[in-house]
Amino acid sequence: MTTHATTAPSVSHVHRDDVGSRMGMWLFLFTELILFGGMFIVYAVYRFRHPAEFHLAAGELDVFVGTVNTIILLTSSLTVAMSITAIQGGRKHLTLALVGMTIMLAVAFLVNKYFEWGHKFEIGLYPQSPELLARPNGEILYFGLYYMMTGVHALHVLIGMVVLAVMMVSISRDTITKDSYVRLESGALYWHLVDIIWIFLFPLFYLLH
Amino acid sequence: MVNQHNTAPAAVPDFYHVETKRHGIWAWILSTDHKRIGLLYFATMMFFFAIAVLLGFLMRLEMLAPGKTIMEPQTYNTFFTLHGIIMIFLFIIPGLPAVFGNFMMPLMIGAKDVFFPRLNLLSWWLFLSGGLTVLVSVFLPGGPADTGWTFYVPYSVRTTTNVLPALVGAFLLGFSSILTGLNFVTTIHRMRAPGMSWFKMPLFIWAIYSTAWIQILATPIIGITLVLVLVERLFGLGIFDPTLGGDPVLYQHLFWIYSHPAVYIMILPGLGVASEILPVFARRTIFGYKFIAFSSLAIAFFGSLVWAHHMFTVGMSNTGMFVFSFLTFLVSIPSAIKVFNWIATLYKGSIVLEVPMLFILSMIIQFSIGGFTGLILGALAVNIHVTDTYFVVGHFHYVMFGGTGFALFAAMHYWFPKMFGRMYAKKPAVLSWLLATIGFNMLYFPFFFLGYLGMPRRYYDYLPEYQTYHIVATVGSWILVAGLVIMVSNLLVAIRRGTRAPSNPWGGRTLEWTVASPPPLENFLADPVVTTGPYDYSEFERVITEGK
Repeated sequence: MTTHATTAPSVSHVHRDDVGSRMGMWLFLFTELILFGGMFIVYAVYRFRHPAEFHLAAGELDVFVGTVNTIILLTSSLTVAMSITAIQGGRKHLTLALVGMTIMLAVAFLVNKYFEWGHKFEIGLYPQSPELLARPNGEILYFGLYYMMTGVHALHVLIGMVVLAVMMVSISRDTITKDSYVRLESGALYWHLVDIIWIFLFPLFYLLH
Repeated sequence: MVNQHNTAPAAVPDFYHVETKRHGIWAWILSTDHKRIGLLYFATMMFFFAIAVLLGFLMRLEMLAPGKTIMEPQTYNTFFTLHGIIMIFLFIIPGLPAVFGNFMMPLMIGAKDVFFPRLNLLSWWLFLSGGLTVLVSVFLPGGPADTGWTFYVPYSVRTTTNVLPALVGAFLLGFSSILTGLNFVTTIHRMRAPGMSWFKMPLFIWAIYSTAWIQILATPIIGITLVLVLVERLFGLGIFDPTLGGDPVLYQHLFWIYSHPAVYIMILPGLGVASEILPVFARRTIFGYKFIAFSSLAIAFFGSLVWAHHMFTVGMSNTGMFVFSFLTFLVSIPSAIKVFNWIATLYKGSIVLEVPMLFILSMIIQFSIGGFTGLILGALAVNIHVTDTYFVVGHFHYVMFGGTGFALFAAMHYWFPKMFGRMYAKKPAVLSWLLATIGFNMLYFPFFFLGYLGMPRRYYDYLPEYQTYHIVATVGSWILVAGLVIMVSNLLVAIRRGTRAPSNPWGGRTLEWTVASPPPLENFLADPVVTTGPYDYSEFERVITEGK
């Protein structure tokens, strides 16, 4: 390969490249979507095989709690999106407050989830419980998938909270600033992913019955 | 053309001798330099490779005679499981992309490092933890997993062996693979040197790029599938348990949706190495550059749509079988395009039989045998006869070991001077190639006969009439292992005692040969600007045409 030397700095050697950073983050989000995609395939197959039993089992979920959680997560997506606008305007304290609110909303979501799962356990609906094993296969699968998918989602909520907490530290230490906020954007993108997965889980488990 | 400005003057230390913030082993295991990370992968991978070769060697010894020869049946089951897990997840998948992709890709595109250097280090740590988790499972009470590397349910849920650590290990390895993939895609998109347009990239980069996309798009599926088995074992959700309505066949679909594309994660970089080495030692511009580049993408695409050909006898509609069989045949087109173009590159070339070239020539023949037997397996009628027999094992090893494995050996001998700054002794290397090629073919060619005659895979015992073939195969394994031992020791000796390598010992035209061997810390002293394609051998070709 013929080359000649040059002293001018090239594109490849510019240390900061926000477009590239965002690209990496989007690729990572794709992998997360595909990860959940695997479970959505399993859900689709079993729903197709046991429509009536899925229908019955879905009636046992509390639509009210689910709706509240949906509102909580949508609001948290709003606050984290607002934090980007805030940092663009250079308003550090407002940014911190908005990211903090997002984390508080995430806590509220998990507390809600805790009581929801707790209630299911109380009435004996958990994997391998005698109550659940007495039911038809479709309902066992429904609750198996319910715990699996909302569980993996809750795990992502936890990871998202840690990510946002790290962002808060960076903002307060001024490593995320008005001129360099691509990391906060990536953190917010991750949070939107957590939100959008829930947007699909909610109708599939709570509304479709 | 060697860029004189980039061969390091004595004042610029190479990356081994550069001042580092940390010292001793920390300067390596916490380094974010792509070259050091590549070498970390190299060392880790060779360590696991040695273990898996030993397991395979012992398995062959067991098959020397019917009945018990040296081990118990349960030990044999755990051996083929570990051999598979280690060879697939710890050797073949990371082999070329993680070792040579890391070390060479930034050099070949004219970059200082990968786009996310810290993420790169994290990938290696995940890789190491995954590998160690798999190894630890061997020593825990309960014994190592005995499910085969495929972890098929319901057995993987019911067996009392240590399937859990093996699953966790494989999950971590998958995560590492995903991060490497997204790092490489971003690097190739954003960090190419000025002038290096997509069609001026070396073909190894095209192969790594296609591989990285499969790593990103397919690996998450195996991740969640392994987690589902794990949760199934721990909590009994019933998702794969037939007594609770679950469907084990669904597991096989999910498993192969990843694991078939994964086969192309394993082979594509090997094909890329062949496209890199052939023009250099044939002193010819590669024939059909764009066809080779696009065939990598086509293989990545079609390879994602053929997974169910692993399941023709499991239970599927006739329509499904026809579709998957047809798509399987389609994959052979881009693979054949590559082979034809390689042969055309050799035609009228000034062929130099250096060690890398020898390995690649073996690789082309072995890969072709592997490819053709793949067509036999993809044909529905024949598949019923040879499914789950040694025929499959033979086909698989011809593609994976005869193809990717030999391409890896070729890459080791091709880029060794650049990585270590030393030359290896040629005679022992040629001897190791000869032994490896003879041993390999003696070992795996009888598998086709065995399979055709009905010897099932993974069986501990066999009927006496199969013994002749088994003896030939086992003797082949001895020759192969002798070749591997000579090869590795020759290279190890060369790291310490080899003669100093020049910056461009083979006359390569790609960018990695324009820098010193070994390269300085940030690769290029002056930023390279690319003006021509990667395989410019026009002065040699002028001789050919004028000679006419």
